[in-house]
Amino acid sequence: MARSGRGIPEINAGSMADIAFLLLVFFLVTTTMDIPTGLQVTLPPITDVPPPDTKQRKRNVLEVLVNANDQLLVEGELMRIEKLKDKTIQHLTNEGKDPNLAVSSTDAIVSLKNDRGTSYDMYVRVYNELSAAYSEVRDEYSIRKFGVPLDKLRSEDQAKEVTDKYPKKLSEAEPVNVGGN
Amino acid sequence: MSKFKKKKGGESPAINTSSLPDIVFMLLFFFMVATKMRDSEMKVRTKLPQATEVEKLEKKSRLYYIFVGPPLDDRNGTASRIQLGDDFADLDMIQPYIISINSKKNPDEIKYMTTSLKADVTVKMGMISDIKQELREVNALKLSYTAAKALDED
Repeated sequence: MARSGRGIPEINAGSMADIAFLLLVFFLVTTTMDIPTGLQVTLPPITDVPPPDTKQRKRNVLEVLVNANDQLLVEGELMRIEKLKDKTIQHLTNEGKDPNLAVSSTDAIVSLKNDRGTSYDMYVRVYNELSAAYSEVRDEYSIRKFGVPLDKLRSEDQAKEVTDKYPKKLSEAEPVNVGGN
Repeated sequence: MSKFKKKKGGESPAINTSSLPDIVFMLLFFFMVATKMRDSEMKVRTKLPQATEVEKLEKKSRLYYIFVGPPLDDRNGTASRIQLGDDFADLDMIQPYIISINSKKNPDEIKYMTTSLKADVTVKMGMISDIKQELREVNALKLSYTAAKALDED
């Protein structure tokens, strides 16, 4: 009777770690910590009042058209998507130099029109190029003026000055159905 | 008669591992809390487009999810369909879906709600435009075209 008078024996907790590790590995594998990212847009609210009939001078509007075959037409010319960003930047920073492009950056409008048959992929790519053009001219202006890009600006007023200089006037028309579905 | 007797046998003592489970449990709880199980089962394929100008969406609780894409199961056809929550839906179900989510939210929070539109690259813009129109009608104006971050070319 060697072990008499010892009370209940201790529970062996040595395998506890193994069990916990097993659970840990399970959660490690199932955890997804990717934050969803996306192109942020704000849709225009529906109003009963028709939009004010702003007679935009044609030169202020950069017309971007995407047809059902995912072909890009900028100001009536077929264009490769790689060139769209530069063309938009040219339009935004024209300041009246080229008689076919915008009078000033605050008047510059980009009009994006697509077909109902345009693929979503193409649309996102075009939209991305246009957004990239805006953020590039804004950053450039911000660096020239304040020495840092837009998202590094400390004061609200400075940021507002940059966004007022290059307001994001990106208008989207209702898609038309020209090229079938 | 010294009180501090030297232990016999000079082997190094075993490392005390009794706190190991505690450490592991701590890690375990961290991952349990951080884990978000995929809450809706995907019924449509959403191969996301790539973009460089993407921004992070802030809070997952402040999102409406709309999935659009061709069904994963061929028996449901091959044409692109909308998925809300766990099930296929039609265009006219978007408005009630958003209203039902809004009704569970704090009224102050509603203006921060963003729609995360996860659409497959092959979806046609006609469908996306119809969805956008529905969202405008229910006054859910913040929209995010969910896209993967592409590497900058320049």
